[in-house]
Amino acid sequence: MTFKEYIGGIFQGIRSLLKGMRVTNHYFFSPGEIVTQKYPENRAQLQMFERFKGEVIMPHNEKNEHRCTGCGICEISCPNGSIEVITKTIITEDGKKKKAIDKHIYHLSMCTFCGLCVKNCPSNALAFGQEFEHAVYDRSKLTKVLNKEGSTLMKEVE
Amino acid sequence: MTGLVYDFSVITQSIDHYLVSHWGPSLAATIEFVLVGILYLLIYALVGLMLVYAERRICAFIQCRLGPNRVGPQGIFQTIADFIKLLLKENIRIERADKLLFFVAPFIIIVGSFLAFGTIPFAKGLHALDPDIGLFFIMAATSIGVIGILLAGWSSNSKYSLIGAMRSGAQIVSYELSVGLAIVTMVILTGTLQLSEIIEMQRDGWFIFKGHIPAILSFVILLIAGTAETNRGPFDLAEAESELTAGFHTEYSGIKFAFFFLAEYMNMFVLASVATTLFLGGWMPLHLGNFETFNHVMDFIPPLVWFLVKVFTVIYIIMLFKWTYPRLRIDQLLSLEWKYLLPINLFNLILMSVIVLLGLHF
Repeated sequence: MTFKEYIGGIFQGIRSLLKGMRVTNHYFFSPGEIVTQKYPENRAQLQMFERFKGEVIMPHNEKNEHRCTGCGICEISCPNGSIEVITKTIITEDGKKKKAIDKHIYHLSMCTFCGLCVKNCPSNALAFGQEFEHAVYDRSKLTKVLNKEGSTLMKEVE
Repeated sequence: MTGLVYDFSVITQSIDHYLVSHWGPSLAATIEFVLVGILYLLIYALVGLMLVYAERRICAFIQCRLGPNRVGPQGIFQTIADFIKLLLKENIRIERADKLLFFVAPFIIIVGSFLAFGTIPFAKGLHALDPDIGLFFIMAATSIGVIGILLAGWSSNSKYSLIGAMRSGAQIVSYELSVGLAIVTMVILTGTLQLSEIIEMQRDGWFIFKGHIPAILSFVILLIAGTAETNRGPFDLAEAESELTAGFHTEYSGIKFAFFFLAEYMNMFVLASVATTLFLGGWMPLHLGNFETFNHVMDFIPPLVWFLVKVFTVIYIIMLFKWTYPRLRIDQLLSLEWKYLLPINLFNLILMSVIVLLGLHF
């Protein structure tokens, strides 16, 4: 190391150190940059992100129709066994027998939110909801039936 | 003229007269010792807790977080709650540790920093000790700490502690040199070691302005070397959390751990106070040349406020170091000291001597 390099190194070091301190100093003096949210206070206006995995839900449209055909792929793909699909046989308008879901049971208490059921569903019947406050006083309340009462399959899903 | 408005020696002397007239000189001296001791212990603990809180808030803001904000308004009682928690915690006895040394180590550390804390001049006439050799005394008292660290590491009988203590020993011994030389550089300018006199000499301008280039250089060196000497980041290899869990105080719990923690923060406070006293004029208000009205307005601000504002500015800079830079490796640490700081320091010493001899300072 020559003397010139030595001196140059010192100044270069000081410059880069000051650069770093300028960044942290900037963040200290700009409270607008803080990303932490005060959770219980901001509950009313809290917006979760679109990709947030709160719980598995089955979206229904306004005519109380869902897209689940009862194929059971979600049940097979679930690593924890948190999904149980109970099917029944119904007779359609043109007199044919057809499989349909009776109950799509979802055990939230066993779910790890891996998303395999949502990913593997061939008819996009499942999705992730934004609800995350899951605390309840009774464990049985964590077992949910995802299809609503009296709901039917959408026409376009076969 | 200036500063005479707030002279705390009047108050302390009147208390002294009152005590002497009531109880006689010997008993009065005892009472004063006890009073000053209790007062300083209280201030020591409170300032320490406040610094911990400040550090947590500052690092949170730097990292775009909020930090502790639940206990009390803006979370100011968080560290007090933590302290109570530490008091209530079990003091685990380490089976294979050297009992006596293990017990003594935290006290040695805290005594070292407490002694140094006693000499800090908070305002005119507001200091517990004002020896002629004030700066030397602070240097001596703070270097007691390294014995405590080595003892703590060695007596714990744990590998983490031992490695942490050894690193810390090498680090403190190296950086003590730079701190000492930076202070010696300033002593050439001041010509005295007494803290109150050093501050009195800065009545017409702080030393960082009076001593210009060498003073600024040694201010920067003192900050860097002092940060290393107090074992703070980025020089915190002695307690590198990710490698050594907690370094020399791995085996300590409860109130003894709190002692280490408090002593570390108070060492930082002492360092900032020394830097303030030597370079930024201690409790002297900021005066700008001949702006009489400005100077008078500045005089109205109490010296204690001036002192604390300056100290906390320096502490903020030291905290900024910690939360900006990544931790150094041990070889980087030592090469920074021996290859860079020490030669620059020696050069700076000669520069300062020349400037003082030729009268080039203001």
